[in-house]
Amino acid sequence: MALTEETRTELLEIIKRYPDQARSALNPMLHLTQSVEGYVSPEAIELCAELLELSPAEVSAVATFYTMYKRRPVGKHLIGVCVNPQCGILGGQEIFDSLSGDLGIGNDETSEDGMFTIEKIECQAACTYAPSTTLDWEFMDDMSIDKMRDVVTKLRNGETVESTRGPAIRDFRATERTIAGFDDGLGHAGGNNADAVMLAGLNVAKAQGMPDVDGGTK
Amino acid sequence: MPLTPNLTAHWDEPDSYTVTGYERHHGYEALRTAFEMDPDDIIGVIKDSGLRGRGGAGFPTGLKWSFVPQGDGKPHYLVVNGDESEPGACKDVPLMLASSQHLIEGMIITSYAIRAKHAFLYIRGEVPHVIRRMHEAVRDAYNAGYLGTNILGSGYDLDITVHAGAGAYICGEETALLSSLEGMRGQPRLKPPFPAVAGLYACPTVVNNVETIASVPAILRNGADWYSSFGTEKSKGIKVFSVAGHVNNPGIFEAPLGITARELLGYAGGIRDGHQLKFFVPGGSSVPLLTEEHLDAELSYEGMEAVGTMLGTATPMFFDETVSVVRAITGWLDFYKHESCGKCTPCREGTWWIDQLLHSLQDGTGKMEDLKQLEELCAQILGRSFCALGDAAATPYPAAMKYFASEFEAGTHTSANAQFNPAASIVFPGVTTS
Repeated sequence: MALTEETRTELLEIIKRYPDQARSALNPMLHLTQSVEGYVSPEAIELCAELLELSPAEVSAVATFYTMYKRRPVGKHLIGVCVNPQCGILGGQEIFDSLSGDLGIGNDETSEDGMFTIEKIECQAACTYAPSTTLDWEFMDDMSIDKMRDVVTKLRNGETVESTRGPAIRDFRATERTIAGFDDGLGHAGGNNADAVMLAGLNVAKAQGMPDVDGGTK
Repeated sequence: MPLTPNLTAHWDEPDSYTVTGYERHHGYEALRTAFEMDPDDIIGVIKDSGLRGRGGAGFPTGLKWSFVPQGDGKPHYLVVNGDESEPGACKDVPLMLASSQHLIEGMIITSYAIRAKHAFLYIRGEVPHVIRRMHEAVRDAYNAGYLGTNILGSGYDLDITVHAGAGAYICGEETALLSSLEGMRGQPRLKPPFPAVAGLYACPTVVNNVETIASVPAILRNGADWYSSFGTEKSKGIKVFSVAGHVNNPGIFEAPLGITARELLGYAGGIRDGHQLKFFVPGGSSVPLLTEEHLDAELSYEGMEAVGTMLGTATPMFFDETVSVVRAITGWLDFYKHESCGKCTPCREGTWWIDQLLHSLQDGTGKMEDLKQLEELCAQILGRSFCALGDAAATPYPAAMKYFASEFEAGTHTSANAQFNPAASIVFPGVTTS
């Protein structure tokens, strides 16, 4: 799908969020163009440059700096596997190798049917859920080789896959629109997402009679 | 030392992140108190509480706020750093998911104290659920009348903008974050001038970590003495620790600073059954690693300094005896090399050199002189890079050599994987140890 008049209107909406300096809108604008085209195209760079009164070179300099912006179209789903030492050592490396073997593609490559792009990712701030992975950037915590195979099969069959802390998986482009700051109506998905890992300390405190320290005085 | 649930105290209530859920537990009471105070007095309370920055550097928060020049006629900004991406750290992401309103109330109080009318929350781009959650929380706060114009009839106006990054660890560095928020490459700026004088759009700006700002409401409500009654002499207050790695029950544990790693490890159910601790990193991959002999050291700024490391993000990662230190350190250098922004030569070139030498040791093809060369390289980068990323990259190797020199020496003839079977470190079943 190409950039449309609607994209232009929405890009202008993003600019309005930054009344003191329009250029601040550039990161979310690039995310929005990715949600339309699946990558940051040369046309997207031209359009952002035009709307922000920058040169295309200035926009390119930004677009090529950040790893989330893709220079080639991403598949329907982007699977990220954290291979940073902790997750990598606890099994992330083996999950990536297995996924890569199953799909017959390497890092930053897309399967022939256009369904999956796989990527080795850096620390996802989910270290307590190692090995941590992401599906269209939604959390897929406590992953294993078998669970990842199951996820891939389900997506191929059009079945629903739930994020471990977040909503059901949509696709890469839908997530990019969320990242660009457009309401997807999913802000309440999973309540406060406090699972056994987030509650680990609170559960110990309650079991051992350690009181909540706040609110004692007022 | 007992755990002290504070920011996490009501996480067992699924609506803890909403205005309604927060108001059940004193939510937004502190804001009413704040509006009756002189902004400078709020800064005074935070100074007296001893709160220090929870993003890793530990700079005194109230002091940082007091550097903002007042009456200068320029707009002031608060920018909250939600770019959590230090390997090992996962406490700001859970806080944003479950204590969203603590953060927003803290942002309003802080903005009022520093006389800002526009605050930004910069969240790393790779966590869409956190981004949508915080957008939702901001809408919730506007609807409840806590944001916008004439908040609670105080005459004070504030808008909050949630901003997503796009994948760059360096944007956790405050000046790089500001560059990124201005729509540029996320590269650090020279200090001085510090952000308090010339920050966002060259205007006075306070940049604080998520946990720091979320801690503010309870301090204002309960008083500086309440907060400083927790912790140690030099490290006051309560900290949200994330405990990860080869432990039985990884997770979030809120405790006073000064708790020991042994105590936290105990609360997390100990090292996974049938295994022993080999090494741990107390505050993210950017701080020197420690071993079993340091388990009783206090997790405080001074306590960690005393054993040659740093508190950092206070998010310990534990590794058991199955893990190759060479593999772990090489992996972290892969990370720093990947994340180096390229602005300064020591970091841009140095991370590549260190990584290359470490890889040959990991592969078992290193030379004895590589060890010396690595030591020299790290020493040359430390203190000479533009920002702390270079220092961080120069930190893991010397610390690891101090305790595990023989493993690096073995890298001159035997690969890390031959010394330590990687399959033994995996935490899920189904991979055979061959």
